[in-house]
Amino acid sequence: MWQSILKFIQKWFHRFGSPRWFYQTTGKWLPYLAVISVGLLVLGSIWGLGFAPQDARQGNSYRIIFIHVPISVLAMIGYYVMAAAGAVALIWKIKIANMVMVSAAPLGAALTFLALLTGSIWGKPTWGTYWVWDARITSMLILFFLYLGVIALNQAFTSRDTAYKACAILSLVGTVNIPIIYKSVDWWYTLHQPATIKLTGASSIHPDMLKPLIVMILGFYCFYALVLMLNTRTEILAREWRSSWVRGLSQ
Amino acid sequence: MISMSFQFDSMADFLAMSGHGVYVWTAYGITVLVLVVLAFRPLLKQRRFLSIQREQNRAQNNDRDSNRIDDGATK
Repeated sequence: MWQSILKFIQKWFHRFGSPRWFYQTTGKWLPYLAVISVGLLVLGSIWGLGFAPQDARQGNSYRIIFIHVPISVLAMIGYYVMAAAGAVALIWKIKIANMVMVSAAPLGAALTFLALLTGSIWGKPTWGTYWVWDARITSMLILFFLYLGVIALNQAFTSRDTAYKACAILSLVGTVNIPIIYKSVDWWYTLHQPATIKLTGASSIHPDMLKPLIVMILGFYCFYALVLMLNTRTEILAREWRSSWVRGLSQ
Repeated sequence: MISMSFQFDSMADFLAMSGHGVYVWTAYGITVLVLVVLAFRPLLKQRRFLSIQREQNRAQNNDRDSNRIDDGATK
């Protein structure tokens, strides 16, 4: 019995590791994922901007939370996605894992940039300044540079294998930064407020504000998955152009 | 059921956001812009790749055809 389970896992791994299978399967998912993510993001934005109650202390500027929090969460989770893909690629030498890893880098960099930017814009009316060298903000800036590092390393080598390996190692080393970002608001109690939503214990946000926030978080998760798949598909085309199935695509 | 009402008296009020409109709308505007770029960049890349490939296929086929004609001429 165990052997058949192992065999099943192996077969699944092998199939999922095949760029062709990935390209064809995700091709079927993309339209649904696109509709779901756009729907959730539009719904959540209208809800958050127009219908969620005003914040007692921050007034309307707090409405930036509905984009700032989901984007920041995904900027961090996206780093784990990139590092996990890098680890899988290093250990099991699975081609598609390398492609997912380098596809996660520009996406993560863009989200980290947006997290810093929306936070900075929110900071002006709330803290009175666009930028402070607060622990949370500084560690997010380091996250941005780590993503940029992976993007640069990926383009720095003529050998594909070397580039992938270097990216995987930098991704893995950089994971040390993620728990620092996460705990920074508790370790160094400076300007940035602590987490609004907690998995354990009560959240410090009004339910009428929490609902649209959850819609936005789900929407951004779907959007992340969508763009990661799109990026991976172009990476597959760029690397597998010699194979007959890719050549057959344009015919 | 969730009871919900529009929090603003008018459209102008909604845009102004009691003085915070500039911050809120700038943040949302730039976010939408970046998300659109993120989603369409791979689609454009893919389209470019396929059109280049189509051209190469055509060029190859033409080569093969002209070779065939040459072969015919030498025989």
